[in-house]
Amino acid sequence: MEINVLLFELALTFYFIAAIMGVIELFRRRKTVSKTTGYLALAGFLFHSVNIIARYIKGGHIPVTNLHEAASFMSWCIVLLFLLHEYRYKLGLLSSFIMPIVLIFMLSSSIFPREIKEISPLLRSYWFGIHVILAFMGNAAFAMACGIGIMYLIQERYVKSKRLSGLFLKLPSLQSLEEINYHLITMGFPLLTLAIISGVIWANTAWGTYWRWDPKEVWSLITWLIYAIVLHLRLSIGWRGKKAAILSILGFALVMFTFFGVTLLLKGIHVFN
Amino acid sequence: MQILVIGLNHKTASIEVREKFAFDNEKLGEALKILKASGLTSENVILSTCNRVEMYAGVKDLDSGIEGIKDFLAGFHNVPKKALEEALFILHGSEAIRHVFRVASGLDSMVLGEPQILGQIKDAFDFSLKNKATGALLNKLMKKTFSVAKRTRTETGIGKGAVNISYAAVELAKKIFDDLSTKTFLLIGAGEMGELAAKHLINNGVKDVIVTNRTYERAEKLAAEFNGRTVRFEEYMQELKHIDIIISAVDVRKHILTKEDIHGVMKARKQKPVYIIDISDPRSIDPEIDKLDNVYRFDIDNLRGIVDVNEEERKKEAQKAENIVTSEVESFLRWQESLSAVPTIVALRDKAEAIRKDELEKTLKKLGPMEEEQIKSIEYLTISIVNKLIHPPTSALKSEDEDKELLIDTVRKLYALEVKKENEEE
Repeated sequence: MEINVLLFELALTFYFIAAIMGVIELFRRRKTVSKTTGYLALAGFLFHSVNIIARYIKGGHIPVTNLHEAASFMSWCIVLLFLLHEYRYKLGLLSSFIMPIVLIFMLSSSIFPREIKEISPLLRSYWFGIHVILAFMGNAAFAMACGIGIMYLIQERYVKSKRLSGLFLKLPSLQSLEEINYHLITMGFPLLTLAIISGVIWANTAWGTYWRWDPKEVWSLITWLIYAIVLHLRLSIGWRGKKAAILSILGFALVMFTFFGVTLLLKGIHVFN
Repeated sequence: MQILVIGLNHKTASIEVREKFAFDNEKLGEALKILKASGLTSENVILSTCNRVEMYAGVKDLDSGIEGIKDFLAGFHNVPKKALEEALFILHGSEAIRHVFRVASGLDSMVLGEPQILGQIKDAFDFSLKNKATGALLNKLMKKTFSVAKRTRTETGIGKGAVNISYAAVELAKKIFDDLSTKTFLLIGAGEMGELAAKHLINNGVKDVIVTNRTYERAEKLAAEFNGRTVRFEEYMQELKHIDIIISAVDVRKHILTKEDIHGVMKARKQKPVYIIDISDPRSIDPEIDKLDNVYRFDIDNLRGIVDVNEEERKKEAQKAENIVTSEVESFLRWQESLSAVPTIVALRDKAEAIRKDELEKTLKKLGPMEEEQIKSIEYLTISIVNKLIHPPTSALKSEDEDKELLIDTVRKLYALEVKKENEEE
């Protein structure tokens, strides 16, 4: 078996176990949350990093040129953010909500063809690297915001229904969830903005036009608008808490659609072939 | 040596009776001295709390130990023995061990699983240790007790979930807010109930305290106590947009805060969350407020509901804790058993018998074919030699001697006996 395949499968396996354990954690009656999922994710992340670096060296560019690579790189970005948050905030149950999202990307990645493709010299530009990293990190931040938004909604349900049992005990406080959700969106939004700008510049160098109303461009713009609205409403009239959580889940649904749906259904120049 | 537990607690005696028998620290030292001098008990730990006065003792003779402690208690506290006997419970053997384990685990407490009792037992034991009132048996029992209490508390949920209203309110606050010390808290109504609930919040980190009350002087007094400030009752509405936590404890027959009031406040504070605890009876805050986002309102019934659920939960968990206690009692009994003479005697006999058989077989082989009668004689000879040799140590072990433990140990060493011993768990 090729070493790259092995690394990918190892990463997938660790993420898989972490996601399953994360979900099991939701149903365990113990009040304390196990740290094992975090370590499993870290182990998967290390293999995954080597896999991505190997593909980078082999292909000579950031490996996002087909759906296999793109979905895999997306999971990598989410796990990176997850590990940073896990380390920094130690939120109970974070892995139970983030690792399944990671797993969705990883499993999708595993079903697409894996060969490393030459990319057309047209696309070879350092703008490509900047555009890709900004876009993927931005979307990864939105993925995290979505997971945390779900946690917020569950905890909010418990408090509003005045029940202090079950997950209530394990989930973090509403305030921390709310603040981290907000901070992720304030991080994802400028990244997405810059990704669009760098994409526009790159498009001009590659094709000579700034904007081509390609489906992915359109849907990214819609996503960008949603998050712009989230931020605007929060700052102006205090749309926070439940409403912000729901919007961040919707926003990420759009990200997912742009990622998979547009590529598979609508096709265009952005297709990761 | 046997474990004896004698005492009275909230299940057997009223508070008036318990008070009569309570020991303060000074009396405790004196009591331990008297007991030691009397020789009725060999080891003593006395646990004296507001709910129980219990003596854990190691005695050589059960009956004289029981009578001795009864006389001592009656005499020491100057109460007729008969009155004492009515309130007393007496346990020995496995039931005594179980009792100590259960008390330390909070299984015997009024509030199931409450944690203070473990500390109180630790203090009582430390006091006895310092006064050299304990020995091998109680030291072992106490050590085991602490590890059992740790097990029941970590392996079961017997101590989890708030079981009084103030605690439940704080538990909620911590799940709504991240850091209570940065929150502003308004107490409406400076009565006793409000004061109590406010104290809990303040003990858990709330610093910025505002008190309002119909009688301003009372508000000022309480605010001073809390290091907070006051606002006039007519004016607290204007403050609301800065307030994160409200406790309302007022005696009014109407809603002092309506949904419309709070709706306006939420707009003014850009939807920053507000936590409202309404401990007034009847309610002083409109329950319709629940429909607003980012406002978390709890009234006294809600909090009681939470406490009830937690109590039920603790009761379920208590069964698990009881199972742990049972298995730990068994393991303690096995340890005690290994200390008794019986296994040593059995081991001694077995060893002698093994040697006898072995040597007999060798000799018979050497001697060659013999009459049945002759073989029997030789066998009888070996049996009587062995019996005569092991009789004195066996009867010494069986006697109730002062230094029985030492004797057992010596016999084991002299004859190189291996007695199955309960593995020490610590």
